Amino acid sequence: MEKNIDRRVFIKKAGGTALAIGGLGVIAGCAHKGSSSQASNPAGPSDEAAGMTYRINKVTGDKVSILGYGCMRWPMIKDDDGKDIIDQEAVNRLVDHALENGVNYFDTSPVYLQGQSETATGIALKRHPRESYFIATKLSNFSNYSRENSMLMYRKSFENLQTDYIDYYLLHSIGGGGMAAFNARYVDNGMLDFLMEERKAGRIRNLGFSFHGNTDSFDEFLKLHEKYHWDFVQIQLNYVDWTHAGGRNANAQYLQAELDKRGIQSVIMEPLLGGRLAKVPEHIADRLKEREPQKSIASWAFRFAGTHEGVLCVLSGMTYMEHLQDNLKSYSPLVPLTESDLAFLEETAELMQKYPTVPCNDCKYCMPCPYGIDIPAILLHYNKCVNEGEIAGSTASEDYKKARRAYLVSYDRAVPKLRQASRCIGCNTCVSHCPQNIDIPKELHRIDRYVEKLKQNTL
Amino acid sequence: MLRKTRIILATIFFVGVTLLFLDFTGALHAWLGWMAKVQFLPAVLAVNFGVVAALVLLTLVFGRIYCSVICPLGIMQDIFSWIRGKFRKKDRFRFTYSPARNWLRYILLVLFIIGLALGAHSVVLLIAPYSAYGRIAANLFAPIYQWGNNLLAWIAERADSYAFYSVDVWIRSASTFVVAVVTLVVIGVLAWKNGRTWCNTVCPVGSILGVFSRYSMFAPVIDTEKCRDCGLCGKRCKASCINTKEHKIDYSRCVACMDCIDTCKDGAVKYRFRWIKDFSGATGKDKASVQKEKADQGRRAFLVSGVIAGTAVAAKAQDMKVDGGLAAISRADKPERLTPLVPAGSLSLKNFSDHCVACQLCVSACPNHVLRPSTNLHTLMQPQMSYERGYCRPECTTCSEICPAGAIRPVSVEEKSSIQIGHAVIDLDLCVVNTDEVKCGNCARHCPAGAIRMVRKDPENKDSLMIPTVNEERCIGCGACENLCPARPLTAIHVEGHEVHRYL
Repeated sequence: MEKNIDRRVFIKKAGGTALAIGGLGVIAGCAHKGSSSQASNPAGPSDEAAGMTYRINKVTGDKVSILGYGCMRWPMIKDDDGKDIIDQEAVNRLVDHALENGVNYFDTSPVYLQGQSETATGIALKRHPRESYFIATKLSNFSNYSRENSMLMYRKSFENLQTDYIDYYLLHSIGGGGMAAFNARYVDNGMLDFLMEERKAGRIRNLGFSFHGNTDSFDEFLKLHEKYHWDFVQIQLNYVDWTHAGGRNANAQYLQAELDKRGIQSVIMEPLLGGRLAKVPEHIADRLKEREPQKSIASWAFRFAGTHEGVLCVLSGMTYMEHLQDNLKSYSPLVPLTESDLAFLEETAELMQKYPTVPCNDCKYCMPCPYGIDIPAILLHYNKCVNEGEIAGSTASEDYKKARRAYLVSYDRAVPKLRQASRCIGCNTCVSHCPQNIDIPKELHRIDRYVEKLKQNTL
Repeated sequence: MLRKTRIILATIFFVGVTLLFLDFTGALHAWLGWMAKVQFLPAVLAVNFGVVAALVLLTLVFGRIYCSVICPLGIMQDIFSWIRGKFRKKDRFRFTYSPARNWLRYILLVLFIIGLALGAHSVVLLIAPYSAYGRIAANLFAPIYQWGNNLLAWIAERADSYAFYSVDVWIRSASTFVVAVVTLVVIGVLAWKNGRTWCNTVCPVGSILGVFSRYSMFAPVIDTEKCRDCGLCGKRCKASCINTKEHKIDYSRCVACMDCIDTCKDGAVKYRFRWIKDFSGATGKDKASVQKEKADQGRRAFLVSGVIAGTAVAAKAQDMKVDGGLAAISRADKPERLTPLVPAGSLSLKNFSDHCVACQLCVSACPNHVLRPSTNLHTLMQPQMSYERGYCRPECTTCSEICPAGAIRPVSVEEKSSIQIGHAVIDLDLCVVNTDEVKCGNCARHCPAGAIRMVRKDPENKDSLMIPTVNEERCIGCGACENLCPARPLTAIHVEGHEVHRYL
């Protein structure tokens, strides 16, 4: 403890007094003496940033911008060897613009973007005062649960992000493997106990988890609240998943209600479903535009996510400046949706159920496929064709020839032949990685059968 | 007038035949396929009596119009010669009469026929005119056309249009590519210097047709009454067959181009009905053609196997599985096939090599990149199949539709699905189910014949991984399994050809 206090003194010297008070806030949070949403907001930015809506973290008093930057989709370029690397210059520009306009929450992970996200995010943020933003990162020990390996990952995050403390630390994507996986990754190896100690020491200011899974496992994790005191929970919430979460996933409405019950604030991921709620079928787009001709299609999804009071922050993986600008518009300030808006979106979500798209959000957790398949590219291409009404029903259907050519030509353009679905051997390596619980090989084989029928004209 | 007609018809034929080699979509083959089928040697090898008789008759009546209008190699030589004339007008009149080198011509013709009869196709087909042109078009012209297409596809992609799609441009066989280049250079130089030397000394089709055209019903004839001995017609004659001094034309070499008729200002040369038989025979050695033959033999030394290097293995997860990125992939290496694979419709390896003129038409038309010229000495340049880039897809019968020589007989899609051209062979030691201990079955999933059955690796264990087995009786040899097998560098399953194709 002595050492930790020393550390805090050091932080105080280095980062200014504001930070130290932030640390006290953490202690208050850990002791659960008060869920003080009125707490001062030392770590947050000043109110200069005009317009942006902020939410107060009830545990630490952080004044968090409702728009958080998801660092999973930074723009990529090719280096001299043809390898994908993050376009650092573009990231710097995006981060500068985001901070200037009041965004102060940055969410990354050691595994994002082939392991490059933390470092790039760290470089961009380091150019600004540490107290002007919150960093969220995760213990993404998916492949090797050992204490040693997990510890290595935790330490490396500090190094990559060039920081002494992490504002929001998450157990990354729990729920999929149920309690067994949770225990293996965090409990049996003592990592969770260790992280609680780190929270006490102030190196982790908020400890939470991100969740993908069914209601039962969510209930179990929330039961652990008494033991671990989750400061926040990250969930997938959007107007489709609100009541139409597919497959084995719990509806967002349920998740949010359970959190509200316990006074745990949520951080929202996939508010736009990886862009699927921006790239909607034509008549859905018409419908949204008719109601709000001046607003972007994506803005509906962001306003929906922000409307719920229990939401602390809505993450968006903004690759391009235009994404950022549009989201800033939606949230500066956030005009909450009305009851009638919500009913309208519920109806919209129901209409969207009729399109047999694959619920892939292009998070790339499944990648790299050991056999070279470009899984997200195949699924996204298929979804695009579904949304554009270019999936032929049978050889007899109208426009069959046009749809056939469009699909086959665009497929070859979107995915190199050696990375197409026909190459999927069904080894199932990817399945456990998919947070959306998509049975990836099954979907790939289904798409492959469709392509095969198109090629043979036997649809 | 006659000359203009000749030029128009020649242009149509030349463009048509060339397009056959360039078009990779298969759209033109239905319309223009006949242009390949009326070529002399393919018709002979296809035992297409109708076409051969018609061509002989055509020559007997009108002279060697075939060489001027139908043969793409002949027209290509005219183009070279014409280009030179465009550079310097004087060069249009650069030719002089030379006596026919009949001795060489007929020896070459006899050797050609003996070669064909003995099955030494790879050697004799080097000088077959349509085959030579096909190799040039498929190896040299088609890539340029495809790159042009790919540029349009690139633009189309950005315009969100599906009008053009990109295609792979690759050299099917280095040796055949070299043969095509050498042929183009040799013929180009000969045409640039002396016009139709090739046609009248080396070309076996020219020699055969020359025998008939010697007695043709119609031919250009010099009217000695009108002729003022200016000698221009002789200087213009690219076949070097007008003896202006004696006012005689060697009709065995005249390709009925009608240039002489247009050249004569005095109207002394007329294309007219004649019964007069004109013998003009002389012997002599054509050095150029001897050299050519030597060069042909030399070419066979160029046996470069097109092996694609690269042994990139699928990347394995590290301690930290990071998200995104693509594992390195590589095409499989070409397996060594004990028996070559030839397409359905070939009936047998023997039938195929007996008829194939190695024109490369099917090679350039194959949309699945399955066909490529053989590098084997006996069947050099004749196509065979391999499945590294694609497989013989069930819905495709392109090669059988376009083959002009009867090497690949027409088959329907339904027939094709029951013709066994080979059978798959599995090496379980290479199979990823064994090497990586994963579920696979990609071969079985894609087998159009249902010939691959997955069976338990450990029959005792009902949850055992499944390994593939081949029911040789049902396998048709299409190569879907080989092409889609994930094992590298060699696939765990490959197809062996059958000497005689069977109907299932």
